[in-house]
Amino acid sequence: VSAKDVLVVAEVREGRAKKTALEATTAARALADAAGGEVVALVAGEGVSAAASDLGRHGADRVLAVEGEAFRRLVGSALAEATLAAVAEASPRLVLFSATVAGKETAPAVAARLGCAYVADATALAFDGDAVVATKPKYAGKASATVIALGTPVVASLRGNVVAPREAAKAGAVSPLAVDLPPARVRLKEVVPPAVREIELTEADVVVSGGRGLGGPENWNLVLDLAKALGAAHGASRAVVDAGWRPHSEQVGQTGKTVSPKLYVAVGISGAIQHLAGMSSSKTIVAVNKDGDAPIFSVADYGVVGDLHQVVPLLTAEAKAFLSK
Amino acid sequence: MDVVVCVKRVVDTETKVRVAADGKSLDPAGVQHVMAPYDEMALEKALRLRDAAGGGTVSVVTLGPPEASKELRTALAMGADRAVHLVASATGDALSTAQALAEAVKALPHDLVLCGKQATDDDDAAVGPMLAALLGVPCVAFVVALDVAGKVATAKREVDGEAEVLEVDLPAVFTAQKGLAEARLPGLKGIMAAKKKPLEEKATTPPPSKTSVRALALPPPRAACRKFPPTAEGVRALLGALRAEKGVL
Repeated sequence: VSAKDVLVVAEVREGRAKKTALEATTAARALADAAGGEVVALVAGEGVSAAASDLGRHGADRVLAVEGEAFRRLVGSALAEATLAAVAEASPRLVLFSATVAGKETAPAVAARLGCAYVADATALAFDGDAVVATKPKYAGKASATVIALGTPVVASLRGNVVAPREAAKAGAVSPLAVDLPPARVRLKEVVPPAVREIELTEADVVVSGGRGLGGPENWNLVLDLAKALGAAHGASRAVVDAGWRPHSEQVGQTGKTVSPKLYVAVGISGAIQHLAGMSSSKTIVAVNKDGDAPIFSVADYGVVGDLHQVVPLLTAEAKAFLSK
Repeated sequence: MDVVVCVKRVVDTETKVRVAADGKSLDPAGVQHVMAPYDEMALEKALRLRDAAGGGTVSVVTLGPPEASKELRTALAMGADRAVHLVASATGDALSTAQALAEAVKALPHDLVLCGKQATDDDDAAVGPMLAALLGVPCVAFVVALDVAGKVATAKREVDGEAEVLEVDLPAVFTAQKGLAEARLPGLKGIMAAKKKPLEEKATTPPPSKTSVRALALPPPRAACRKFPPTAEGVRALLGALRAEKGVL
């Protein structure tokens, strides 16, 4: 037991560690290496052996495996109970979740039950003497805060897409962890699959979003076709969601989803502060808009000023040709 | 049905963020404040649940500075029955806030507690789940639909593109995601009625925080936008630049 160890709370999808879990393991490896500690990964689910080896390959020294039907989907307190058992077993300095739905629901609950510090949606973490120093976005990314967290352990959640998963093979020795669950007060009744299997906006490497410049919902195929050509997820501005053209789940912005893909393509989006807040941390931004003075061009790296009804089909056709080369 | 809604006074989402002279807080000059948008959605849902049940109360609680009474009056004007203002000139981190709110919620009648999924200033999304843990009740975060029948609620939320439908024993805490309910604008009648509704003020010192902000920084300015002509050659050059200069595609 070392006061420098990092516990990663990993999630599983279809038997494998989620990309966000590999990102958290990679971040944990760097922290542990700097401090001379170990990375312990917790994986809870039904059939977790393949996921456990994913975690070992990405730098987990050991893996605590919680098996059971009750952990198949992480609802209610199942993941919190498993995490508390893992904290008791590993006595980590830092407990690192991913800022997913399950992570954002569970990490604060664990912090509250342990009475310890919580840093949400961190984009960088470091040990500094007695403290954990973290960077996190505030005001939907209009600013970032340097946060000092004191006490042991510190609980944090890591924002998706800020750390690239890197292989760093460690032993990844798997040991089972028994977790007693209280009677479930949250029960899964139904899972409704999406009509079409789509790339999750917040985890996508490329995002194409449309705005009011499209003119109407009947023109949305322009966005969908470009997204398909680029292998991208698709999103929408608040104006378009409020007008009922697209569902809430596609909204990018301060009151929607915050995305930071490698490439963000804004089509017919003028760039209200509300929208910029949700996407301006994207690594590269491309804007297509007929108004060359639109605020979106103040954050865009590349722009095309022109009629999107002509530019977007051109871009889609050229992208198909370009990517097939 | 009795519902408690926790709300926060935040800066308006259209605010242009500037850092104050202390280097770690928001420059308050010219900043407008509102009830956090997701908290408004939570309140709207609470009002609809109460009305659908044909009775009960909606109590609104906030922890915040004296000025936050404005947001509580707005909540009363929207239709809440009573408000509790934990008045604190300085507030702490999410856990400190949840600890202060938990004490107030315990003293109010509640079959369920609703919060916005996150306040649009700190963006922690933490107070709701922390409050549930402190109250010892279940939590479902990010709900887009919620129905109550007797002592059981049915909640829906989106996870990785799928929708989960969950059955939850009450009392419980739920946090509102966009889609749960669109907040109404208070009418003149509501605004007049709000003046007569109970708004209790309690001087509060929140418990000490385990986290603190050392610095607040604006994102680095981005390089000037390079424009490409709206032609086939132009978009080809754009795609080439994305690959050659940015390493994407």
